[in-house]
Amino acid sequence: MASTQVILPLPILPEGWTGEKDFRPFSSISTATSRNIEPVGPHFLAHARRKRHQRTFSEDDRIQAQEKVKKVEDDDAGEISEPEDPMLLSRDAKDWKGQDHYAVLGLSKYRYKATEDQIKRAHRKKVLKHHPDKKAAAGSTEDDSFFKCIQKATEILLDPVKRRQFDSVDEAADVDPPSKKETQKGNFYKLWRPVFAAEARFSKIQPVPILGDDKSTKEEVEDFYNFWYNFDSWRSFEYQDEDVPDDNENRDQKRYVERKNNAARKKKKTEDTARLRRLVDDALALDERIKKFRQQERAHKDRRRLEKEAEAKKAAEDAVRAKEEEARARAEAEERAKAEKAEGKKAKDAAKNAVKKNKRVLKGAVKDSNYFCGAGDASASVIDSVLSDVELVISKVDNEELAALAGKLNGKKDAKEVKSVYAEEVKRLQGEGKLKAGDGKTLLD
Amino acid sequence: MSDQEGTGAASTPPERIVIGIAFGNSNSSIAFTSKEGKAEVIANEDGDRQIPSMLSYVQGEEYHGTQAKTHLVRNSKNTIAYFRDFLGQDFKSIDPTPCHASAHPIEHESTVAFSIQESAEEGTHVPITVSEITTRHLRRLASSASDFLGKSVNAAVITVPTDFSEKQRDALISAAQVAGIDILQIIHEPIATVLAYDARPESKVLDKVVVVADFGGTRSDVAIIASRGGMYTILATAHDYSLGGANLDQALIDYFAKEFTKKHKTDPRENTRSLAKLKLEAEATKKALSLGASGSFSVESLADGIDYNSTVNRTRYELLAGKVFSGFTRLVEGAIQKAGLDVLDVDEVILSGGASHTPKIACILQSVFPEKASILAPSTSATAINPSELAARGAAIQANLIQEFDKEDIEQSTHPVVTATPHLAYAIGVVAISSDEKHGIFKPLMEAETAVPVRRSAQIATPKEGGDVLIRICEGLREIKAHKPEPKPKVNGNKPGNASDGDGEDSGVSDDDEEEIRQIVWKAGRVLAEAAIRGVKKGGKVEVGVNVGEDLSLSITAREVGGKGGVRGVVGRPKAAENGSA
Repeated sequence: MASTQVILPLPILPEGWTGEKDFRPFSSISTATSRNIEPVGPHFLAHARRKRHQRTFSEDDRIQAQEKVKKVEDDDAGEISEPEDPMLLSRDAKDWKGQDHYAVLGLSKYRYKATEDQIKRAHRKKVLKHHPDKKAAAGSTEDDSFFKCIQKATEILLDPVKRRQFDSVDEAADVDPPSKKETQKGNFYKLWRPVFAAEARFSKIQPVPILGDDKSTKEEVEDFYNFWYNFDSWRSFEYQDEDVPDDNENRDQKRYVERKNNAARKKKKTEDTARLRRLVDDALALDERIKKFRQQERAHKDRRRLEKEAEAKKAAEDAVRAKEEEARARAEAEERAKAEKAEGKKAKDAAKNAVKKNKRVLKGAVKDSNYFCGAGDASASVIDSVLSDVELVISKVDNEELAALAGKLNGKKDAKEVKSVYAEEVKRLQGEGKLKAGDGKTLLD
Repeated sequence: MSDQEGTGAASTPPERIVIGIAFGNSNSSIAFTSKEGKAEVIANEDGDRQIPSMLSYVQGEEYHGTQAKTHLVRNSKNTIAYFRDFLGQDFKSIDPTPCHASAHPIEHESTVAFSIQESAEEGTHVPITVSEITTRHLRRLASSASDFLGKSVNAAVITVPTDFSEKQRDALISAAQVAGIDILQIIHEPIATVLAYDARPESKVLDKVVVVADFGGTRSDVAIIASRGGMYTILATAHDYSLGGANLDQALIDYFAKEFTKKHKTDPRENTRSLAKLKLEAEATKKALSLGASGSFSVESLADGIDYNSTVNRTRYELLAGKVFSGFTRLVEGAIQKAGLDVLDVDEVILSGGASHTPKIACILQSVFPEKASILAPSTSATAINPSELAARGAAIQANLIQEFDKEDIEQSTHPVVTATPHLAYAIGVVAISSDEKHGIFKPLMEAETAVPVRRSAQIATPKEGGDVLIRICEGLREIKAHKPEPKPKVNGNKPGNASDGDGEDSGVSDDDEEEIRQIVWKAGRVLAEAAIRGVKKGGKVEVGVNVGEDLSLSITAREVGGKGGVRGVVGRPKAAENGSA
């Protein structure tokens, strides 16, 4: 609450009044009644705030004031207050092409970044200060040239088309690229970032990829340079037209001027594109990351090659080893086959021998039994027929049967016994059909 | 008003759309605060800003507001009206009189309900509890507000009469919860009313005593509120549950019924349907009489198929309703007495509620209160706000103030720990002199019933020649002095602002009638402290700041305006060392 005014005067201090530091307390306030305040309304909220945070009035006032100040500061952030250059103030409004519109409105630190709202506010502020009526009231001359400059600047900056035209040629917003030496000495990113940021304002595609830093990935860097090599710019150069065709000139003249202007714009545009390309080339050449990536790639390639070689070597070794293995296996097999062969021969020989022996036994048995002729000498024909029958039997039986037969005959001298063995054998053979009925009849009984 | 408490609000779930709801027995209003901070009352689909708190069920269809009200004639048994006061009450403790002409309350599972034929089939009566009805009513209100705002309303500040019990509040909160409305705060109707006026940009924060007279449809409430630096304390309340706009209607009903009987020999009051028609039309006539000098009354087929047309002028109406008017004034006077105050103490009388549109009520109250008291009613003040909208506006303003806060924050702020505070028993002020009276006149800096802690400052003139002055801070006693008109009465304006011109010369006020003149006179009571300012310049002023702490300790600062230094002193709290420390 504002302090109240009491109009009745205070009494005069009685004589002899004394007090410690001019103050004399007498008694305290009468006991208060306790009631409920209604928890409603802004003042109650203030009360509740004080009570809950245990603040005194002055503390609360201070805190609230601080917050208010903060709020006001926030509101004022981006407020336009730049000192005005006396050179600027004395500008001629007619030379508006050469004027820095942002500087006129005090927006030089924002330039192309200034929002429409900022421009409007800046205009208002400047008008309030430089309005010719105000100047006249202050007694100075009726020089309204700077006011005209303000109006022109606002007209251009608030018209999106005109503003682009001006921004296109706003050299004050350009950032010169650092030289090679500077870049090598200083921080590449720090030096080049503002350059690209300034160039980015011309991009039709927003947002523009950022330059990044050491840690950018290869893709990011590639994107960045690809973007800049395919840069799509809205920059145009109408603002720098030397002649502006005016309505009272004749058509041909106008067309001529237009043609000339167009040619000039085109030329400047081409130059600008080339300039940008050179700039990106320079940056690319100086960009450590590109080298880094190249090295990385090379290292990667080398590694791959080495790996490949190692692999090939290993494969060759493997092949050799496999071959050796194979050879060994083959040798072993041969060996084994040989051994087996030798073994077979022995057995065969033994079998042959056995057969021979058995044959001998067979023949011997017949001989021993005197060719079944009893006691007398056997005639040659008997011997011959007996032996041929024996031969026949022998030829008809296989080795085992031969061995068995030999076993039966072995040691037998008795002609009957021998003959019965033979007869048995012949019968068996006949039974099996190996001998014809007529064969071996000498051996039969 | 502060971001301090709003800081925690960042975490609040989806956007909170808060409205103010004035939930009345007869009518309800909804209001919101626009972006410019202006409270506005929302009209529902029918174009009503006062939405009758009624619901009617016809063949399974629900009617609300004015549409439901018209059903009182034909479908009174299925129309629920005047149910607000039943909310959260026992059947035993309710007064069903207002519901005589609509659905009757019945007892249902220890609460109050209405037996309603909700669906189209005959004889299917379902008991609908009061909380259910409240939920449906609030849902309709919220949907009207949502339609108007284009955003779904999910929270509200709602007003209730000062005598609403804790149980009733809980019932209201849960009923609203079911309707999908989060009740941020329940505030008292009279306080919302005061807030609606105090939130106007042109109003100043003053120490004042406000009488809020809320004359509703079926009941009237009066609250005496001490407004101290924008903080409100209810000093006393008075309620009359059988006095309201309905009584004014009744006066008109009786009048027209008699006229009708005279002509047609049948009393329309004996037929329920005729009575309902009479009631509706009488209310319309009453409203017309609040605006114009005469009101027409016409009912088709009032009784026995006879159409009835008549007019009544305001004078006759005022005569007819004279008794009711005096009932209103008696209620107001009773409340003032209850607060231990005098009509002279009252600085502002706010009339709210539908019946307050009646010019005669404001007129009578104007004669009851002293001239300095402003009567805020449409007929006495050009800038008065529509009395029917006050509560809803106040609720909307409060809703706007707290909508940023967390629920927890609101609960903490409205907790008794914060709200229960000591209030000064006596005014505290400084003693000044007037030229002819050497012993000094008490000038209050803080009025009685000011909640502590409080801080006030004043700039006080010094004698013409300057020099050393004495500042005596003391408690003041208010006395009412009755003067006979002969001796020239002195004006010692009871408020600093009312003091007369700079020389302190008295100016006679009155050449009034023979009546005795009653005035408020301040008497300096207990001296609390004295301070001296030495060497005040000629024509200089002394600024005195008084600060009463929560523990009733008093600290005083005094310095010459524009001067350096000054005196600073503290008087300890009561019970502590009586003389405190310097």
